[in-house]
Amino acid sequence: MEKDFQIDELKKHFKDKVILIEKKNNRRIFVHISPDAVVKISDFLFSNLHYRFIIASALQSNLGFEIYYHFSNDKNGEIVNLHVILPAKKTAIESLTGLFEAANWIEREMHEILGIDFLNHPNLEKLISEGNWAEGVYPYRIEK
Amino acid sequence: MSKIIPIGPYHPLQEEPELFKLYCEGEIVKDVKWETGYNHRGIEKLSESKTFDQVFFLVERVCGICSTSHPFAFANCIEEIGEIEVPNRAKYIRTIIAELERIHSHLLWVGLAGHFLGYNTVFMWAWKYREPVLDLFEKISGNRNSYAMFKIGGVRRDIENDKIPEIKKILDLVKKKTDLLTGAVMDDPVIHARTKGVGILTKEDIIDFAAVGPTARASGIAIDVRKDDPYAAYPLINWKVITAEEGDVFAKAKVRLLEMYESVSIIEQCLDGLKKEPEGQTEIVVKNIPEGIGTGHAEAPRGEVFHFAKTNGSNYPVRHKIRAPSYVNIATFKKSCIGQTISDATISLAAVDPCYCCTERLASVYDFGSGHKILGGEELIRISQKQTDKLLKL
Repeated sequence: MEKDFQIDELKKHFKDKVILIEKKNNRRIFVHISPDAVVKISDFLFSNLHYRFIIASALQSNLGFEIYYHFSNDKNGEIVNLHVILPAKKTAIESLTGLFEAANWIEREMHEILGIDFLNHPNLEKLISEGNWAEGVYPYRIEK
Repeated sequence: MSKIIPIGPYHPLQEEPELFKLYCEGEIVKDVKWETGYNHRGIEKLSESKTFDQVFFLVERVCGICSTSHPFAFANCIEEIGEIEVPNRAKYIRTIIAELERIHSHLLWVGLAGHFLGYNTVFMWAWKYREPVLDLFEKISGNRNSYAMFKIGGVRRDIENDKIPEIKKILDLVKKKTDLLTGAVMDDPVIHARTKGVGILTKEDIIDFAAVGPTARASGIAIDVRKDDPYAAYPLINWKVITAEEGDVFAKAKVRLLEMYESVSIIEQCLDGLKKEPEGQTEIVVKNIPEGIGTGHAEAPRGEVFHFAKTNGSNYPVRHKIRAPSYVNIATFKKSCIGQTISDATISLAAVDPCYCCTERLASVYDFGSGHKILGGEELIRISQKQTDKLLKL
């Protein structure tokens, strides 16, 4: 039962930072975490459990801004989605670029389309709309 | 003081607009920077205004070459949210289409790689042998590209059992021609000299950049969604993941060429599987998609395609995120190009098979006034052959 063992590890290591673990089925797991623990938990998945970072998806909802960090375990096809909610007033989160280069482009993209700030990112320049879009206006952001 | 050599945004080497700036000292590339976004079409945003049935046609147009992998990943994603199990016949048909696409995409890459090396014989051969695969697509789906085969709960068209012998015959031809091409490419001293030890990506680079597909497999990392998280008919048949250890351009070519044999074998097994399933059972009726969050992935010719969707019980996705394999693979240029000469940098760029939109095809020529067909595909081929004969006689 390798899969359960790994989930237990997450609970054991980051007790108060892991809010809820939802198992949709054997291969799809949603882990709701506190935003300040995203680097620690991602590092644990990447370095200790050797998960591959697929991509991150950001969206805006009634709760504020939500980011799903998708990690894949290529040994058993499991996808672990780390879910963080950022309140609309404080749209900043630590960058994952210190852990792996793969986070570089997607964080730039999320910053560009939704205006989420990634702290300690080496280069938060625009990725898609360089020179075609006004500064400080985010195409996906709904101003309430 | 380094000089900047730009490749793009519009350049004969790249069929798709993208700007690479090679910072060179003498002949050696010291740094590489790129600008993307020339081809940004806002598909993710557009998807939020389409019904689930329409999204399939939209995501098919993300890429002209892997036009089945995106609908495949999206179908996996939505079927996961709705907990939908498609009939076996649909699973086999989906797999056949995806594998045919892999063959034609790899042949296209081999041709382009030859073209980048200035070896246009390989280009001409590979593209010639790709034609029967496209003809096969036309027979099955009615289109050479953008096949419109996928829908939630199954496929739109059946492959009738009486078509199977004909498909097998074309596959035999493809296999024979692949043999010829593989032999020519693998044993050619010029190709060896230009691609061995060039643009090497180590295992650590692949893990750091999270590269996928043949790019990762050529560096000894055996990741393949078809094996790791089996979907459609892949768990029902026997096949193996092709890997190489060297990580250079030659290893990537080797992986792609050998993968074509696996694809042929997968299609043959699927065709045998089709015979056992009752004809016409190609879909189940899906009335609505519940509220939820889904993640779906599929192995495209270039690597893993990943789709994320959030639904709210209505007919539209609330958020749809698409990650194409080139998104992570292109970033590896930072490792593969630096330290190479300019001439090697181009093939290193091409080695990850950055996605080209290539849906051109031979057109019929109509008289605008009368609307009568004056030149068809066959006439155009005949005319071009005549011209070639003339040139040969000179």
